[in-house]
Amino acid sequence: MTFIKPKFRHPDLPKNKLGYTLSYYEGALSTLCAGCGHDSISAAIIQSAFEMNIEPHKLAKLSGIGCSSKTPTYFLGNSHGFNSVHGRMPSVATGANMANKDLIYLGVSGDGDTASIGMGQFVHVIRRNLKMIYIVMNNGCYGLTKGQDSATADNGSISKAGIVNQFQAIDLCGLAIELGATFVAQSFSGDKKQLIPLIKAAMAHNGFAFINVISPCVTFNNNKGSTKSYDFVRGHLEATGTFDFVPEMEEITTTYESGEKHAIKLHDGSLLQFNKLDSDWDPLDRFSAMKAVHQAREKNEIITGLLYLNQGAMDLHELVNTCDRPLNTLKKEDLCPGNGALASINAGLR
Amino acid sequence: MQPTDIKDPEYFHKVVDCQYACPAHTPVPEYIRLISQEKYTEAYMINWESNVFPGVLGRTCDRPCEPACRRGRIEEEPVAICRLKRVAADNKGEVKPFMPQGPFSFNGKKIALVGGGPASLTVARDLAPLGYEIHLFDEQFKGGGFMRSQIPSFRLPESVLDEEVNYILDLGIHTHFNHFVHSLEELLSQDYDAVFVGTGAPKGRDLPDLPGRNEGAKNIHIGINWLANVAFEHTTNIGKKVIVLGGGNTAMDCCRTSRRLGGESVKVVVRSPYSEMKASPWEKEDAMHEDIPIVDNHVPIEFVVKDGVLKGMNFEKVTPIIENGKRKLVPTGEPLVFIEADDVLIAIGQENSFPWIERNIGVTFDKWDMPEVDTLTHASSHPKVFFGGDAAWGPKNVITAVAHGHQAAISIDLACRNLPLTQRPSPFVNLVSQKMGLHEWAYESNVVNDVRYTVAQADKKVTLSNRKTEVELGFTKHEGCKEAERCLNCDVQTVFVEDKCIECDACVDICPTTCITFIDNAEEDELRQLLNMPALNTSQDLYVSAPLKTKRVMVKDEDVCLHCGLCAERCPTSAWDMHKFLYKVTKAG
Ligand SMILES: Cc1cc2nc3c(=O)[nH]c(=O)nc-3n(C[C@H](O)[C@H](O)[C@H](O)COP(=O)(O)OP(=O)(O)OC[C@H]3O[C@@H](n4cnc5c(N)ncnc54)[C@H](O)[C@@H]3O)c2cc1C
Ligand SMILES: Cc1ncc(C[n+]2csc(CCOP(=O)(O)OP(=O)(O)O)c2C)c(N)n1
Ligand code: SF4
Ligand code: SF4
Ligand code: SF4
Ligand SMILES: [Mg+2]
Repeated sequence: MTFIKPKFRHPDLPKNKLGYTLSYYEGALSTLCAGCGHDSISAAIIQSAFEMNIEPHKLAKLSGIGCSSKTPTYFLGNSHGFNSVHGRMPSVATGANMANKDLIYLGVSGDGDTASIGMGQFVHVIRRNLKMIYIVMNNGCYGLTKGQDSATADNGSISKAGIVNQFQAIDLCGLAIELGATFVAQSFSGDKKQLIPLIKAAMAHNGFAFINVISPCVTFNNNKGSTKSYDFVRGHLEATGTFDFVPEMEEITTTYESGEKHAIKLHDGSLLQFNKLDSDWDPLDRFSAMKAVHQAREKNEIITGLLYLNQGAMDLHELVNTCDRPLNTLKKEDLCPGNGALASINAGLR
Repeated sequence: MQPTDIKDPEYFHKVVDCQYACPAHTPVPEYIRLISQEKYTEAYMINWESNVFPGVLGRTCDRPCEPACRRGRIEEEPVAICRLKRVAADNKGEVKPFMPQGPFSFNGKKIALVGGGPASLTVARDLAPLGYEIHLFDEQFKGGGFMRSQIPSFRLPESVLDEEVNYILDLGIHTHFNHFVHSLEELLSQDYDAVFVGTGAPKGRDLPDLPGRNEGAKNIHIGINWLANVAFEHTTNIGKKVIVLGGGNTAMDCCRTSRRLGGESVKVVVRSPYSEMKASPWEKEDAMHEDIPIVDNHVPIEFVVKDGVLKGMNFEKVTPIIENGKRKLVPTGEPLVFIEADDVLIAIGQENSFPWIERNIGVTFDKWDMPEVDTLTHASSHPKVFFGGDAAWGPKNVITAVAHGHQAAISIDLACRNLPLTQRPSPFVNLVSQKMGLHEWAYESNVVNDVRYTVAQADKKVTLSNRKTEVELGFTKHEGCKEAERCLNCDVQTVFVEDKCIECDACVDICPTTCITFIDNAEEDELRQLLNMPALNTSQDLYVSAPLKTKRVMVKDEDVCLHCGLCAERCPTSAWDMHKFLYKVTKAG
């Protein structure tokens, strides 16, 4: 038995601005089931980090428990990582981010990890607008524990054992918009063309960036009747528009065939370019985004793309007004004003 | 692009780069795997079947397979394919029982082979077991042709050559040695059903017009004649100072042989720049290792002879320049360079020469006085006369002569059975899945990182003092095994079945060398640019599927596929599988 990834790569692999090739962003060989959607999302993360010229040591990946939460082992092998307790990734991310705001925080979670056990954590991290990327690899089931229905399983979806789900599904994007998340997107693991620019845009966003990625579980939830199978998802995808992420300073080369063109400048100077397909919806308007999500649900469609963006809100550090330097770099001299200061305060109280 | 037709045997054949490049299409990865399993006899027989002289070729082959080897596109050095062949030859057990066993019942047809080199010997080997009565003529006293008279013993021990020539002669070949054929007409007037001309390119080029050529004649030799004289022990020594003219492999053999016959200061002098020399890189290295300087950009002007004794040669220094896209050598204007010499060997090329073929008997010759020979069938304009080896289209090498021999044998057999010569037999092909279970393949799919192993050489002091001592020691069994493991098993093919594919991208994500892309179809040029890694090596094919559910197609660039099987390993539906592809050129009969 051999299952080792050869060390050889394509000899002409391009290098990014830092001089790294894509392979520098890879992780260990995946142990997920062959064909798991999660692996494709890992590949999209690798590609995005490469294209965004991220120094691997400037990024921390955090996760909970589940097949999805195992994936950080399989990407960005040179970055920091924390595999936390089931559903507790947001707390760990919050703590880490408060201590060192200089890193990029990439949280990876599953639908079970987020919509069931971790729901409380999820809603509060949104409420606080913690600057992080939060990716849910959503397969409608608990993959790691052998495929039980999760809270995102659609009403009426049939499990591998033939049981019809009686419960309403939690729509994570709808919930995130409702709670005021400042970047909300939805995509499909099998559509890297859309997913990679979305992850890149999320990396550039100043605040909480949420991406719900439908990611089929080939082993437990890819059967006929499942609404999270490759075939079903492909048949019900409805993109909100074609979309591209243009980093700051880069020449804009993308051309669009038809429709209304939109370009949104992100705070770091990069551009999000849209070609909107649905004229009723405006990604900068929370009500219209909400409406688009509801309409899609009515029509039994899975809308994908960037659904909502709010660049006006302050992130957690701004809200609590932390100092410019990361807290973990503050020394005793910075934190302790000394006897003189104490004496003068005391004197002022006399 | 149209979907790839993998049923066409040539598609996967081309993926096996080494086998495709080998003129005889030896199933290289098949024998390399056997070497890694220490099955030397089996490995030898696979070679023997297709290239006839594994022991000879494992030491001397021009190895066109190695520049083609996939490994060389992935890291620095190709697999040492040639030297692995020698490992099989050195360590094999009894092989004769696996060869055709005579006597063969006579089929009533007689064939004459003129020349006893590798081309003729191959024809003999292929036809004798079919019942043909084979008569082999050679002017020398033993078979082997240039393998015996030209390739020096320090590269190819006589015992190795004798053994492999005898495997063929033992099939019941009627040999007529010490017999120069003076007339083709006369030969044809006998009761032969076909005549194969395998007389090589036996005439060495001279510099007849260079001043001093005649005066110094006693110490000026034609390289190939001199080598033959050494091989047959008519020549046993040479002067202390030797100039060898020429930059090909013959020059390398001449200079190295000179070093062994008393040449102390031996220099190779060549007109062109070092980088353009025809000699293989390893031959140049071996010569320099034996303290033979290579003086490039020097054009011979005259032989300097004083009082009837050769003193040396004058050369004009030149420098290469590019003019109208062509490389020219222009004099530097410096004074002539004199190089001392007791003897000069002229090794500037060989030519064909057919003084023994009458020009009025139906064998047509072209304006360069070369026979007109069909490139597929090896037939001449005379229905009974076939050509092969260096005699057909000029000097090449042993493996090409062998490949010619196989094809000529097929034609002769077809002609003797009154069948059209164009009715060539199709290759034998076989495609078998290698899947044994989860993470388990019938081949060693793991890709090792080792760099190419080098073959050890005997001590220079010893090899230079005896021209018969072989320089290369060959790989040990252990080294052979390690080197064999470097082979990527390019014959284990990635086979894609579109109706099983669910387009989950697992293969795309796992492929270490970014070979696979799912993409909207386009014309080849455009598609090559649009793949996840652009497919810029156009000599390598794209494997394109029929349209999938999303209307996209799967495109695999064969260029740097490692045949690691990870795509098949990660495919949830077995749309990818690894199949071992065996391709054998069909022989006569
Ligand atoms: C110095 C030198 C070194 C070489 N080294 C290598 C090497 O390392 N590797 C490699 O692959 N190739 C090498 N070659 C080339 C290789 O030897 C030839 O390409 C190959 O032997 C050609 O085979 P053949 O069967 O066409 O004829 P040859 O091997 O040339 O055999 C032809 C035979 O026919 C005989 N003959 C010719 N006319 C007649 C006649 N009328 N009647 C009877 N007999 C006749 C000749 O004497 C000769 O014995 C070398 C060549 C030279 C000159
Ligand atoms: C506290 C706790 N409760 C329950 C479990 C068991 N458990 C492990 S993974 C998992 C569900 C994971 O589902 P999801 O997050 O959707 O991940 P997937 O495997 O589907 O990617 C559960 C319930 C656990 N590990 N810890
Ligand atoms: S069980 Fe499902 S989610 Fe887990 S690795 Fe396998 S396919 Fe992926
Ligand atoms: S790696 Fe092996 S099979 Fe592939 S071209 Fe080289 S020798 Fe041949
Ligand atoms: S065998 Fe498959 S995974 Fe391995 S290099 Fe070739 S295409 Fe890629
Ligand atoms: Mg899940």
